[in-house]
Amino acid sequence: MSNEAVLHAPAAAGSLDHGHGEHHEHHHHETFISKYVFSMDHKMIAKQFLITGMVWAVLGGLMSVLFRLQLGYPDSTFPWLEDLLGKWAAGGKISPEAYYALVTTHGTVLVFFVLTAGLSGTFSNFLIPLQIGARDMASPFMNMLSYWFFFAASIVMLSSMFVETGPFSGGWTAYPPLSALGDASPGSKTGMDLWIIAMALFVVSQLLAGLNYISTILNMRTKGMTMTRMPLTMWALFFTAVLGVLSFPVLFSGFILLIFDRNFGTSFYLSDIFINGVGALPNEGGSAILYQHLFWFLGHPEVYIILLPAMGIASEVMSVNARKPIFGYMAMVASMFAIAILAFLVWAHHMFVTGLNPFLGSVFVLLTLLIAVPSAIKVFNWLTTLWRGNIRFTPGMLFAIGFVSLFISGGLTGIWLGNSALDIHLHDTYFVIAHFHIVMGVASMFGMFAGIYHWFPKMYGRFMNNTLAYIHFWVTLAGAYMIFWPMHYQGLAGMPRRYYDYSVWESFKQFAELNQFISLVAMIVFAIQILFLFNFFYSIFKGRKVTTENPWGSNSLEWTTPINPGHGNWVGEIPEVHRWPYDYGKDGKDHITQTTPIGADESHH
Amino acid sequence: MTMFLITAVTVLIFLVIFQIAKASEYVAILKGEERSRKENNKINGFLMVVFLVLGLFGVWYCNKLLFNKTLLAHDAASVEGARVDSMLWVTLAVTGIVFIATQILLFWFSYKYQESETRKSHFFAHSTKLELIWTIIPAITLTILVVIGLRNWFLFTGEPPKNAMVVEVTGKQFGWIFRYPGKDATFGKKYYKQIDNASNSLGIIWDDQLSHDDLVMEQTMYLIKGRPVKLVIGSRDVVHDVGLPHFRMKMDAVPGIPTTLWFTPKYTTKEMKEITGNPDFQYEISCDQMCGNGHYSMKGVIEVLDQEEYDAKMAGMKPYYYSAFPDKDPANAKPAADTAATKIIAKL
Repeated sequence: MSNEAVLHAPAAAGSLDHGHGEHHEHHHHETFISKYVFSMDHKMIAKQFLITGMVWAVLGGLMSVLFRLQLGYPDSTFPWLEDLLGKWAAGGKISPEAYYALVTTHGTVLVFFVLTAGLSGTFSNFLIPLQIGARDMASPFMNMLSYWFFFAASIVMLSSMFVETGPFSGGWTAYPPLSALGDASPGSKTGMDLWIIAMALFVVSQLLAGLNYISTILNMRTKGMTMTRMPLTMWALFFTAVLGVLSFPVLFSGFILLIFDRNFGTSFYLSDIFINGVGALPNEGGSAILYQHLFWFLGHPEVYIILLPAMGIASEVMSVNARKPIFGYMAMVASMFAIAILAFLVWAHHMFVTGLNPFLGSVFVLLTLLIAVPSAIKVFNWLTTLWRGNIRFTPGMLFAIGFVSLFISGGLTGIWLGNSALDIHLHDTYFVIAHFHIVMGVASMFGMFAGIYHWFPKMYGRFMNNTLAYIHFWVTLAGAYMIFWPMHYQGLAGMPRRYYDYSVWESFKQFAELNQFISLVAMIVFAIQILFLFNFFYSIFKGRKVTTENPWGSNSLEWTTPINPGHGNWVGEIPEVHRWPYDYGKDGKDHITQTTPIGADESHH
Repeated sequence: MTMFLITAVTVLIFLVIFQIAKASEYVAILKGEERSRKENNKINGFLMVVFLVLGLFGVWYCNKLLFNKTLLAHDAASVEGARVDSMLWVTLAVTGIVFIATQILLFWFSYKYQESETRKSHFFAHSTKLELIWTIIPAITLTILVVIGLRNWFLFTGEPPKNAMVVEVTGKQFGWIFRYPGKDATFGKKYYKQIDNASNSLGIIWDDQLSHDDLVMEQTMYLIKGRPVKLVIGSRDVVHDVGLPHFRMKMDAVPGIPTTLWFTPKYTTKEMKEITGNPDFQYEISCDQMCGNGHYSMKGVIEVLDQEEYDAKMAGMKPYYYSAFPDKDPANAKPAADTAATKIIAKL
């Protein structure tokens, strides 16, 4: 195997940076525990985030398959469901309690554990030190803690599924009073306590991670790596971390007040409540709307916490495989900056029908539709990046193109929903489900897939199987549209979200066949994701080996490390950077890496 | 058994796909990896166009199948709802054009500029002019949409016309309670600690005489065609939402914080039966905010009537006060009880 040779070749060339470089030439004595479990190597932590995220994606996806089974086949019974869920599916039919628990957990898990921890956790950890030229994060120990807090959150969330009164079942947004009162819903008893604890641990994990990402990007860039020479992935992950650090504490404060209302008799969110079977509660003067403000002050930036990494990954992968510079680098950075600022100023567009002050509402309409401008800039820049390129359809590239397609489709319906007068009609219908699943769910998932396929060779020194990847891409893209496109029509019929059964509703029961179709496609798409996971794990051990340091012909720094980089990433000195990472096709050269000094006869762009 | 079969078939399909995938890797090595990569590139490039064509066809076909099942197949049932619809069509036109144009560009560029040995990629890193074009045009378009939207928004959230009737709507797990102010056109006071499921579902304070003619009903709300109605919305327990898809309106019901919503019904329920061609048509109130395990069954009905039908309906209704205190009802009152009642009222 030539890896060893590659690994040691540059070391032999000697290093000038003695104190630092030499230290990393020889591997520490690493035990299984320090290498794979309590690892402080950012690359291993990234893999831990990724694989934990995958476990959650399978669980969360499976939950959606189960509740789609109820929606698609409301009159059928499936005896195996009783084997699987016990009393929650007595007689082979999912009960409303179980249905709502599945919907809630699906939402929570996918938004936070998969698309936040699994996406930005994985790629921030993996790419930040590699692409800015650092040996590791600013604080590897905090980084390790961030994973283990996430792990603890996962365990608590998982255990909530096994309590007698069931997991929390009031929707992933957990609006009180429903989430505050165990007497209003059995899921709001122990299940909700565990849900809040899990989310609190998750917030800690995100803060530890975010502070680390920010300080690493600001302080640990290698020589010559100015901010504007960073790949767009770095900018995206930087803004993501800033969003997280500023908004998660607000969510946390919302949860603290909720804990007080639940357990200590306060009335932050509770007022004028009479519960059947219990009677009038003593709480007066609280505001249920206060929670919604605190929640969405995270909840909306959260959308961009999920989306920005996918945008960054798509930009990078697209430029590499179009063999063309990303079009409008500065405009891309500026639009991400604009999105990051505006992300904090639009939260109340989730609350247009809560009775919010109409003037305040109108300000939020304006700011919300303003976000469409930077989004449009990004889309047109991606299109121009493809224009007159020389495109290689690697699996990563396919998913990057798919990301743009989905981002357009889902983004445009945001213009409908952000306009409050239309939102009155469409709020909380399937139109919203279609909108956010396409633009935030599937699109970000595509960004994640693009990243996994693109950086898999760097992660494991092997390639994933291309044929399986192509099947995965085309089935998932077509499937995602077949699932979510028709839901716009259900929304235009006014069909509300989170209904267990539509058959008694004269206005909504006309979609029985469509629901069946959507459920069927959802199952196929889920099965294809299992195929992807198989490809992933199989390729870790049996995939084609990477034989060159830079298999994609990419300019950025991560491809200057050895094929299987050790802890510390570079053997010898960290390379110096002389240019931006997007010199593809410049002056007739296929690509010019960031470490290549500017030539005397080089043209300016 | 079927489950077992499905699993077996799925596993079998997986195995076949996996074997093909593995074989393709060996073939690639035999053929030369570069050559097979280029072949795959052509296939994927071709699929880009196929997807574009099939996708656009799918969009058309989906519309053909489903359009008539949406609310847009018929007129909105309220005057304000018609404005929502017209705004919806404008938004659809704008976003629809952008959708089709950008998707065509995306997949067409992908196909057209797929890797070829005869072409070199064009080094084109930025253009201030282009960036300005696609900053300014979307900004102007969005401004127009915002203006249309806000005009409607301020109309919908503004004061209802003077002649509007008022109905109070209260959500509870899992149903709706409606209250009409009665002849005096004013609601009596209520306080949630007075709620008693048997005789006082809203917690009305009977000491307040204004409450004595209030009408309270569950399940069905009656409205008058052409007469604006203002709903005063509240909740007894958790957050609910009054969803009125046919009127294109919606408003949350929040415990402790009253909200309002107004609209003008345009068609009676009978007329809507003809318009939709559905003899079972009902104006349904759907709860649109997750409110517990019975959320999906929290249904109310609105019946829109002509003025005369409405008057006849209301004439037959008894104030809620009398169901709480049957002895006060003049219809079944004995003379003695009647004088007692007047005495109490006089004291108040």
